Amino acid sequence: MRYLPLTPDERRSMLATIGARSIDDLFVDVPEAARLSAPVDLPRFMGEMQVERDLGRLAAKNMTASSVPFFVGAGAYKHHVPASVDHIIQRSEFLTSYTPYQPEIAQGTLQYLFEFQTQVAAITGMDVANASMYDGSTGTGEAVLMAMRVTKRNKAVVSGRLHPHYADVVHTVCGHAGAGMSIEIGGVHPSAPEDLSSRLDANTACVVVQNPDVFGNLADLRVLAEATHAAGALLIVVVTEAVSLGLVMSPGSMGADIVVAEGQSIGVGLQFGGPYVGLFATREKYMRQMPGRLCGRTVDGQGRPGFVLTLSTREQHIRREKATSNICTNSGLMCLAFTIHMTLLGEGGFKRLAQLNHEAACDLADALAELPGVEIPTRSYFNEFTLKLPKPAAGVVSALAKKGVLGGVPASRLYPGDASLENLLIVAATEVNTEECRASFVAALKEVLA
Amino acid sequence: MSMNNQGRPTNIVAGGTDAIVTYTGHRGLMQEEGLSFDRGRSGKWGVDLPEPKNKADRLGGVRRKGEIGLPELSEPEVVRHFVRLSQKNYSIDTGLFPLGSCTMKHNPRLNEKVARFPGFGDIHPLQPQETVQGAWALIDRLAHWLKTLTGMPAVALSPKAGAHGELCGLMAIKAAIEARGEIRRRILVPESAHGTNPATAALIGYTVDTVPATTRGRVDLAALKAKLGPDVAAVMVTNPNTCGLFEDEVLGIADAIHGAGGYFYCDGANYNAIVGRVRPGDLGVDAMHINLHKTFSTPHGGGGPGAGPVVFSEALAPYVPVPFVVAGADGFTNIEQEEDAPAGARPFGRMTAFHGQMGMFTRAMAYMMSHGSDGLRQVAEDAVLNANYILANLKDVMSAPFGDTGPCMHEALFDDEFLKGTGVTTLDFAKALIDEGYHPMTVYFPLVVHGAMLVEPTETESKETLDRFIHAMRSLAAEAKAGNTQGTNRFGGAPYLSPRSRLDETAAARKPVLKWTPPAPKQAAE
Repeated sequence: MRYLPLTPDERRSMLATIGARSIDDLFVDVPEAARLSAPVDLPRFMGEMQVERDLGRLAAKNMTASSVPFFVGAGAYKHHVPASVDHIIQRSEFLTSYTPYQPEIAQGTLQYLFEFQTQVAAITGMDVANASMYDGSTGTGEAVLMAMRVTKRNKAVVSGRLHPHYADVVHTVCGHAGAGMSIEIGGVHPSAPEDLSSRLDANTACVVVQNPDVFGNLADLRVLAEATHAAGALLIVVVTEAVSLGLVMSPGSMGADIVVAEGQSIGVGLQFGGPYVGLFATREKYMRQMPGRLCGRTVDGQGRPGFVLTLSTREQHIRREKATSNICTNSGLMCLAFTIHMTLLGEGGFKRLAQLNHEAACDLADALAELPGVEIPTRSYFNEFTLKLPKPAAGVVSALAKKGVLGGVPASRLYPGDASLENLLIVAATEVNTEECRASFVAALKEVLA
Repeated sequence: MSMNNQGRPTNIVAGGTDAIVTYTGHRGLMQEEGLSFDRGRSGKWGVDLPEPKNKADRLGGVRRKGEIGLPELSEPEVVRHFVRLSQKNYSIDTGLFPLGSCTMKHNPRLNEKVARFPGFGDIHPLQPQETVQGAWALIDRLAHWLKTLTGMPAVALSPKAGAHGELCGLMAIKAAIEARGEIRRRILVPESAHGTNPATAALIGYTVDTVPATTRGRVDLAALKAKLGPDVAAVMVTNPNTCGLFEDEVLGIADAIHGAGGYFYCDGANYNAIVGRVRPGDLGVDAMHINLHKTFSTPHGGGGPGAGPVVFSEALAPYVPVPFVVAGADGFTNIEQEEDAPAGARPFGRMTAFHGQMGMFTRAMAYMMSHGSDGLRQVAEDAVLNANYILANLKDVMSAPFGDTGPCMHEALFDDEFLKGTGVTTLDFAKALIDEGYHPMTVYFPLVVHGAMLVEPTETESKETLDRFIHAMRSLAAEAKAGNTQGTNRFGGAPYLSPRSRLDETAAARKPVLKWTPPAPKQAAE
């Protein structure tokens, strides 16, 4: 087997050194009844070519984003990733290194984490950011738990327009996390103003709001932030499309206390939902209540600048049951992809990319609004908006797919059972959509609706 | 000095390099590299993007104003920046990385290739289910392999990493107990457990009750039984445990917890030691997470991503969270909502948006198929053989607290007894190993022995590599005992030959600097 360097002779001589008669002697502690005498019933080993062919056949059954006009978003977005990003993350020293527990020989990882933290703090407008969470949704659950720790209160007010998967994750974590934690979820409407302030009370730890929300609406959060702070609660702002931060006022400048974002749009790619990278940032005063790893700057024995993991007394490997979170593994390699892509973009590129996304969405909206029976309830948006169709959106999306167009996410897939949302289609446009793509989409939708 | 016919010296000139102070700060191939943020805004582009039209926006009055503060570099500068950073890292491709409990084994590049097939890497988690039947098929196949290997009837694939898998497992246990109309508040965790075990239990409101170890490095079954009661929800046992030993009373542990109405959670971080030879389902386990980034060799990438599928027993199978894939006559369906779950299923909730770490699923699948059922069994055997070979070759010069109680599994545990009186600590010893060209072993974990050193070679190391490592370890152990025979502070000052010497962690924690700040105040971004 190509991955196993020991030869049969070496195995024999090593057993002799150990003083074992056979390999079975090394498994003597396993109860006899549980020792398998033969391999389990699965296929035998395969060469590289066979594996590649076999899995290639499965891959070929999927309709890929780059091969069709593509407008699917709702928490994951198709963006162009520069070639150098994927090339660099495959360098052995990045790909096959571990958590930087020995900082003297992990400065590469530590420095990019420091740069990542700086980038995340900058684009979110916050004081400090950690070295990543698994993804945006799990980061949101952690943010709610953190707000409960900070305020010593246990109610979370959650916007009805927070991505329902995210809301489910919060619900699952808090529902299990202990006595008295409660979640109030606001009503769901694709565009009407949402009144979350009236749900604030003396037990409210936080308000969780997504911006742009799952239907694409952009909001000015400053009034909500004031009301939240007046009630002694924290404002958690969730951003599922990180590119929006290049064009939209930062959550920090609108009064957020914790910002959680999905970083997938920058450098990571679609990957069918994971691995992604959760961005997590907060105010300096809450730094020690943060979950996850933090990288800090220091000096070495010769006074040279260097980086280490720091404030680890918050973390499970030191604090065990008193840790701020159970998280251990993070999204190191995806952080790196994010950091490289963001470094390539720079200030000018990041802002321009965001502007191009917004313009792509505006152009698409204008074209779709021409279609008879189609309305666009979303007034202010970044690169995603909602269509109101004359018939159920799920069937429309399937019919579009048959025509080779991936035309968005039906709201009913995220909010099943809500008849008022059945005809809504959430549509995203990014810099990858050409005018021709948009025209194909409009033409195909026209046929499907006819 | 001899010269060649062009008058160039051809023999080696004696002399160390230590004394040379370079003008650049670089030391040959070891390049110093500042922060990208030091470069500032320059007007350079690393990505070419078309000119925007700059028509009236529809942002509802929340357009960003002012600077964000990101530096601007061209592509060659960015590439060089990150390549130089990469060269400051040790990796499994560089050399032996015997980090116990973390399982740094070879990461086949075939896995990287497969994960990047557009059919896997360039598909959206919410595109119509009928357009991604190949993805469901892959997920279903991975589930089949994991269930077959572990002898467990169900699996939750969505957890994002090991600790997330623990959370998933304990939530299923909590749901099952609630379904019986009971409330149980305590979880028993052996003192040798990974920190994630008590942290996970505490995260969802359980009280953690620590179970002591025996002098043989195993769970003290009598002490465990004494702690059992009607309020105990589960016991969390790592098997093989963090001392690198198989819990030989595992069936007794399972019987005891089941007898008390609780569940047996197994931390499967060390499953690589038994894959293909032992099925956790035959050990009475109710839930076990599998770190795909350990046992099945998906890359750790400097700390992640991971993937932590959890296999479940019959008793817990109904509680698998959404989403999960079911096979039907006309293809696969992904169950994404609790209300769509088939009869008998009672999903406890959702662990994450979307379906889990697909990029890790494809890599793990390629790895499993490459090995096959026969190769995976050999993986466990070689991992255990390599660890025992190291133990056998080092236990006379180092101190192995459980070295005389029988074979170890995939990792060999040493303590600092052999360093007593030498002035050399476990940390010093580990740092000296860096100068010898190795990544140190795991140190100061598990907590059950003093000054622990946990060595996990894995199955992908050759005998030659192990022999050289053993030579280095024996030499260092001998020198530590003899007292720095080379007249240098080899241990206390180590490492000398790394991009940085020991870093001041105390200063880093006392006054944390967690991001770059501009040297002079700038207009704040809005």
